[in-house]
Order: sequence, then structure tokens, then C-alpha cells
Amino acid sequence: MGKYVGERIKRTEDPRLIKGLAHYVDDIRLPDTLHVAFVRSMYAHGRIQSIDTSEAANMPGVVAVYTGKDIASKIGPVPCAAALPDLKVPDYRVLATDKVLFVGHPIAAVVGTDKYAVRDAAEVLHPGVFVEELPAVINPIDGVDTNSPIIHEHFGNNIAYKLTSGEGDIDAAMKAADRIVTQEMVHQRLAPIAMEPRGVLARYFPGEEELTVWSSTQIPHLLRTQLALMIGIPENKLRVITPEVGGGFGSKLNVYAEEALLGWISMQLGKPVKWIESRRENMQATIHGRAQVGTVEVGVKNDGTITGLRYNVIADLGAYHQLLTPAIPTLTGLMLSGAYKIPAIQMNVTGVFTNKMSTDAYRGAGRPEATYVVERVMDVVARELNMDPVEVRRKNFPAASEFPFHTATGLDYDSGDYEAALKKALDLSGYQKLREEQKKSRDNGKLIGIGVSSYVEICALGPSQAMPAGGWESATVRIEPTGKVTVLTGASPHGQGQETSFAQIAADELGVDMNDVTVIHGDTGVVQYGIGTFGSRATAVGGTAVLIAIQKLKEKAEKIAAHMMQCDASAISFEAGKYSRQAAAAVAAGTSEPVVPVGEAPAGALPDPQTEGRTSLTIQDIALAAHIAKELPPDTEPGLSATYFFEPKNFTFPFGTHVCVVEIDKETGETRIVRYIAVDDCGRVINPLLVDGQIHGGIVQSIGQALYEEVIYDDQGQLVTGELMDYALPKASQMPWFETDRTETPSPVNPLGVKGVGEAGTIGATPAIVNAVVDALSPYGVKHIDMPLRPEKIWRLIH
Amino acid sequence: MKQAISINVNGVDHAGEVEPRMLLVHYLRDALGLTGTHVGCETSICGACTILLDGQAVKSCTVFAVQADGSNITTIEGLAANGKLHPVQEGFWECHGLQCGYCTPGMIMTSTQIVDRNPNASREEIRHGLEGNLCRCTGYQHIVEAVEYAAKKAGA
Repeated sequence: MGKYVGERIKRTEDPRLIKGLAHYVDDIRLPDTLHVAFVRSMYAHGRIQSIDTSEAANMPGVVAVYTGKDIASKIGPVPCAAALPDLKVPDYRVLATDKVLFVGHPIAAVVGTDKYAVRDAAEVLHPGVFVEELPAVINPIDGVDTNSPIIHEHFGNNIAYKLTSGEGDIDAAMKAADRIVTQEMVHQRLAPIAMEPRGVLARYFPGEEELTVWSSTQIPHLLRTQLALMIGIPENKLRVITPEVGGGFGSKLNVYAEEALLGWISMQLGKPVKWIESRRENMQATIHGRAQVGTVEVGVKNDGTITGLRYNVIADLGAYHQLLTPAIPTLTGLMLSGAYKIPAIQMNVTGVFTNKMSTDAYRGAGRPEATYVVERVMDVVARELNMDPVEVRRKNFPAASEFPFHTATGLDYDSGDYEAALKKALDLSGYQKLREEQKKSRDNGKLIGIGVSSYVEICALGPSQAMPAGGWESATVRIEPTGKVTVLTGASPHGQGQETSFAQIAADELGVDMNDVTVIHGDTGVVQYGIGTFGSRATAVGGTAVLIAIQKLKEKAEKIAAHMMQCDASAISFEAGKYSRQAAAAVAAGTSEPVVPVGEAPAGALPDPQTEGRTSLTIQDIALAAHIAKELPPDTEPGLSATYFFEPKNFTFPFGTHVCVVEIDKETGETRIVRYIAVDDCGRVINPLLVDGQIHGGIVQSIGQALYEEVIYDDQGQLVTGELMDYALPKASQMPWFETDRTETPSPVNPLGVKGVGEAGTIGATPAIVNAVVDALSPYGVKHIDMPLRPEKIWRLIH
Repeated sequence: MKQAISINVNGVDHAGEVEPRMLLVHYLRDALGLTGTHVGCETSICGACTILLDGQAVKSCTVFAVQADGSNITTIEGLAANGKLHPVQEGFWECHGLQCGYCTPGMIMTSTQIVDRNPNASREEIRHGLEGNLCRCTGYQHIVEAVEYAAKKAGA
């Protein structure tokens, strides 16, 4: 379509970031800012007896201390947007009132003039909080037991909801099978760990009665709506700004107690207040992900055909519902068909309250669990039938001609060619040769494993009918009088690079230089309402909104061009940013290049668009004319801008095949990834450099889950992995070199043909790695191991 | 009781009084307004706060400002000379070595040390050198390429 889309273009956002000149929340400095520190529960479950704030409140520099009782009636509950039948929703106050329900549960907020002073005061306040400790519910399986302690007593038990989903006659499907293969699997609890912890700066202007909240969030507009409701300020008096955001991975797709509390405190004190989350707080009180324990059963014919799949699962929700907590396991249910034709599917999920931090959307959000279930069980089936894992997959793929493809989970996959991606991955990896080498290595006593995963993910979230509160995205595009293009997107990128990729889309569609385009996001005072960045949606939904807004803008520009060139719109063509009268007419008129000195106007005056006798005008010339407004067609509004809210008709379904080769050290049990091959299809690619980056990063988070990471609470509910010293994030030295390639199957769901790529690596890779490790250990009779596959666990299996 | 310190940061002398417990990273960020150096973990695991202290890559979240008295410090803001990016900065831009950018200042400072110490570092050696810096976005591959780019450029 133009010269930018599809090209490896380095990012326009990078200069400020590599020079250290970008502004994250904590980099914004306002005079007279007060700092906030929280006193948080040391207990997983307890009843607050009393809180003595007197000593802390009298410490130097302390301005105010707030407890749950002070504010219970002033700030509304932390919201949950998920709607499920018979869902129990606890009253989640921003500070604990009667009970504490998890380690890290905020109890009191200390406000003061210095960030060291407020931490000191919080330390002093801690012993003033008297809590009667209660027995805690840590294991969600124990939590459903009738003898279990009850977290929210008025509910009568710890079950937040039960849900059955899926289509097809599952009992008949199982009966039709030659055998049933069953596997229990644990999806351990993970911490998203954005490198920038959360942070909030709030500033109330008492005269204007306006509140500005800077927050490290993925959803500025949704946050504004929710904060307005929580703290009772009119939404149009509240402005949310997301400055630079240092990663999210779903953890900032939320509305947190601290965001509301800081806004409210600023309104009380009339001064800016700031809270920057410490990493310890981030481990305790920012959402976690995954945390499912389930059993998958598949009915299978002796030739490898899957007849049905049932997944019974307990989801560990934590103590409260954050924004989407109960909805995450339902996404697992949607994706249980994986890349396969499975006639009947059923998921039975029980969501259980535990005395831990809430689980919610962490990169992939329910889909990695589904992919892991399906792709692990395909390997279990292959082993059972003594087939190659690749052949079992091929046996059950829908053909490329079968799309759109309806699944027994109720979805319609938009487009795909699973065999093509599989074949490419096998070719790239030299799969047959790898198998031969594996055999030789085994004969030499080496533990080599090969794992394959063919995944499908659901992206471009999503049609509003299927979303809790709006799944569209918005864009405003305007061309300023000087010809500069401003794109306002409702998406809220935080590392994905949409300042670049959206500028590529806009520059191509307008035929202007990319340097003339600026993409603005993350400020509700500037940008029209939007939904945000999550669920691999920004480009497929938000990028499409940009494209269509430009098309609308061009309809108007064309009318103005026709008027200015004194011809009918049908006699005009648009190419490379220029409207031209039909070539024959242009030659006859004898004029050539534009003479409007765009951007060189004398001080204080806009240049006069000299259009007399013109046969071509750039869209930037027209923008100037549209603002000067002396030469507009009748009934045409001045200015040149357009807004579009794009509502997708369906999700998109990226897919791919990953191949992982591991070697296990028999002496230490350590797994080394020797090769990693990823062939992904994310539809049309806007910028391959950014796509590679998303794939690499996604795979590394998968490797983290497969091999290293786990949030661990002990039996009393103490958070054992309370710092990065205890929670093992993947390091550069542990990661393999990724061999990546692509197939490109455009999505019919949006005119860009894009599908989304932000979560592909995290969804597709985990089973490839675990399948490889299990394959390596198959000489020991190992059929399955639960993640993370730490050396000790593997060592014990082989010794 | 505050203590007097004097530190040269990015070629500029600074003198002031700080609490003995003040962390160097807070001195740089709060007293000097150099907010390019980030705090990511406060336990010297993640490396977002990495600076050069007398030429050595150091995690400024676990150094007291008073310990840096009399030293020369380079932060991310001081790396580009005369408006020209340092080869490592260039490498990060060219090779897409950053996404959210939060770990980037620390990553870049560590990378300058890797390139200085061994301009011919292998990929394994580069990865080893980056072990003390965590990135949650990039998967490290583009960072390794950025360091290779810088090493080549610096050696050219």
C-alpha cells in the first residue's frame, strides 16, 4: 500500500528512552508533592482488632494517616467488570476494614513530605496494628472442602462460581473413542513483573475542582471511568494520564485500590501525592496470573483422531476479584479446541477464593493454560498410541480450505493454514534429522528432547458483545494547518511500539513522510475515549480505527480538492499524498508542482493557498486550505480531521508451530534449550522488527513459566517469593538464540489483515518446552512433569 | 545528621548534604533530577539502576550516596557526547534492543562496560555480561545484537 507498512523501521519512541529522557510516573516532579507509604498485612487471614496510629501520625514529616474505617464510606469498592452467572463478588475496599485477606492487603496509608519519612512512619505504625490471625486457605483444592476456613463468611463457602462451557455431546464423543487419555496438570501461579512497578501521582486543583491522575496503566479511559465512580468526582473533571509505562503484561490492565486512594487523598489535602510501588509490594499486591489445577480427558481413536475433550479445573482466584479475575478461566474454556477439529468440548471450572493476591490477566490470560492443556495432551496421546507427536497434530488439523472454522467452544476461527506453519517449522528445524540425532545421542547416554507445539490464540479483543465493557477502539486523525499529522489513538501502548507502527499505517494511507506524523496516546484530556492496550488488540482494532479515520478524512479532502481544482470529484485521483486532476487535463493546464510554501509561512500569517489553475494538490496543501476556509465547497465544515470508532465483527486467530530442542544435564538436572524455532502467523505484518521483538519476549516469558518461575505461598500464606531475589526471572545467559520465521495469512476481520502478536510467544511456547523436556526424559518412563521444571525436580526423576 | 558530599556526575561537580542512609539512586534522581536512572527492585537483582561509578558498572540502588563521595559518575544522561549517541545507544535503537524502555538505561550502562572490556566478546560472553540486568520485554536477543553492533562500531 505504501512505503512504510511491512518494513523494518526502527522505532520513533526510542531516542527519548535510550537517552534517559523519558518520563515514567516517578520521573514527573511537581512542587509540594506529598508521598504515600502503605502499611500492609503480614498475615494471610486475620481479623483487625485495633489500629493505633497516634505514634506514626506524630512523627516528623507525617501529614496524615488513613485507615480503612476512616474511608470505608468515602471511596467505592475496587471494581470487577466480569459478569458470570451467580458470581459471588466480595466487597473490596481500598483499605482493609474488618479483616485482612492476603499478605500485602493494604491496611493504612501514611502521607508525608518525604518518601523516607513515610516509610519510617509506616514501620512505626506496623506494631500498632493488632490482628487476630485466622487459619488461611492456601490450596484452592482444600478451599472447596466443607471443613475449610471460609474467607468471606457471608458467602458460606469459598466457591466464587462454577461454570460449564462448550458445545457438542461430550458423553457421546467419549463413548465413540477407542480410548480415553487423562492427564492432570498444574499451571503454577506467576507474577507478571513489569520492570517498572506500578506508580500513581495525583494532583487536585481545588479552584478548578479538577483532578489529574498519572498512573502506570494500560487502560487510561477505563481507569478514569472507574475512578470517577469510586471517588465520586464527575468523570469530566478527572483526567488520567499514562506517561511512559514500563511494561504491563496485563498487570496494569486493572483498577487498583492505590489509584483511587491517591486521587482521594489529593482531593482531601489539596496537594499532589505520589506513591511508587516497591518491588516487594509489587510481588504482594499486583495481580498474579495462571494458577489453575486441572485434569484433561480426551477421547481418541486408535488412528489419533480426537473425538472429544473435557477439562475439569479449579482456578485459584485469590482473595478478591480484581477487574477481570473470574473471567480469565473462561478464556481458557474458549481456546480448548486449540488448532484442532474436536467435535465435542466441555470445560467445568470452579473458581475458588484463597488467601492470596488476586489472579487476573497475565500475558496470554487464560489462553496459555488452554494451549498448554491441549498441546501437552497431544503429546500424551502420541506416546499412548506410539505415534510421532507431529502426526497426531496433523491428523486433527482443519484444512486451510475449512476456514472460517467453527469450534466446539463456540468460536469461529477467521483464517489459517496450520499445516503450512507446521511444515515450515519442521523444515527450519530439520525435524527428521533432529529425531535421528536424538536417537544417536540417546545411545550415547545423552538426554536430548524435542518438543513441538502448534498453537492458535484468540486476539484483537474483541467484539463488544463478547467483552465486559466495549471491545472497539478509537482514533482521531487530523492534519494541522502546517501539514503535520496528529494521530490520537485510544489504545495505550507501553512498549509495543505503536507510536511507530501507527505512524507507518498513517503515513502510507496519507502518502506523507512518516516524520510528519505524531501518534499521541494515554491522556484522557487529549484523546477521545478509548479502551486500551491488552489482548493483542492494539493494531488489529486500534490500528484499523486509524486506517478508517484516515479514509474518512480523505473523503472530505477529496471534495475540497475537487472544489479547489474546479473539477468533479470523479475526475480526481489520489496517489503518494497528492490529489491530481486526470492526467490529460493536467497536461492541458500546463501546471506542475505545488507552490504553497507549507510550513514556511511568515510570522503571524498563514500562507494563502494559491490554487488558481492548479491540477494537483497535496493532502497537506488541502489541510491548510481547510483551516483557512476561504475556498471550501458549500456546506463543508472547516478543518481536516476525522474520528472513527472501530467495532470488530470477530476476534482474530493467530497461530503457529514452535519446535524446541533441549538437553538435560544428568548430573544436575538442569535443562538447556539448545535450539528454539518459532514459525508464527500473525496475519499481515506492519513492522517485522517489532513482531520479532514481541515473539522473542513472549517466548522468554514462556521459558520463565516452563523452567523457572513460580509464586510460592507457604502453608500459612506467607509469600515466600517476596522479592526478585526469590522469584526467578529468565536471564540473558539462560536464553537460547531464537530462529524465527513466519507465514502470513491475512485476517478477513479487519481491512489491515492483521491479527495480533503480543501474546503469541507466551501462548505457543510453554508446551513446546515442556514437551521437549518430557521427551528427553521418556527413557525414564516420564510422561508428564508439572512446571516449573527446575533442576531439582528433574534430578529426582532420573536418580 | 546530614553529611556533606561532593560528586562529579556527567562531568559536572555537585556538592550537597545528604542523610547517610540516602541511596545513591535517590540522590541522582531526587537531588540532581537525573531521572533516567530507574529503580526496579531495590535489591540489586534487576540492574535498572546501573550507572558507572569511577568507570565501573554499579547498581546505584544498593550504594549510599555518601559512599560515592569524591567519585566520578556517569549516568545514561551523560552518555551521548555533543549530541551524538554513544555506539551502544545507537545499537539499542538500530537493533530494537528495547520495548518498554524501563530497563534500558541500566542495560545500556552495563553494555558499555561489556564493550569496553572486550570489544570482541562472543554472544555467550555478552549474555554473561548482561546477567545482572533483567529485561521482561525483549527476550534479550535484540539486546545481544545491539551490543554486537556497538562493539563493531566502536572497533571500526
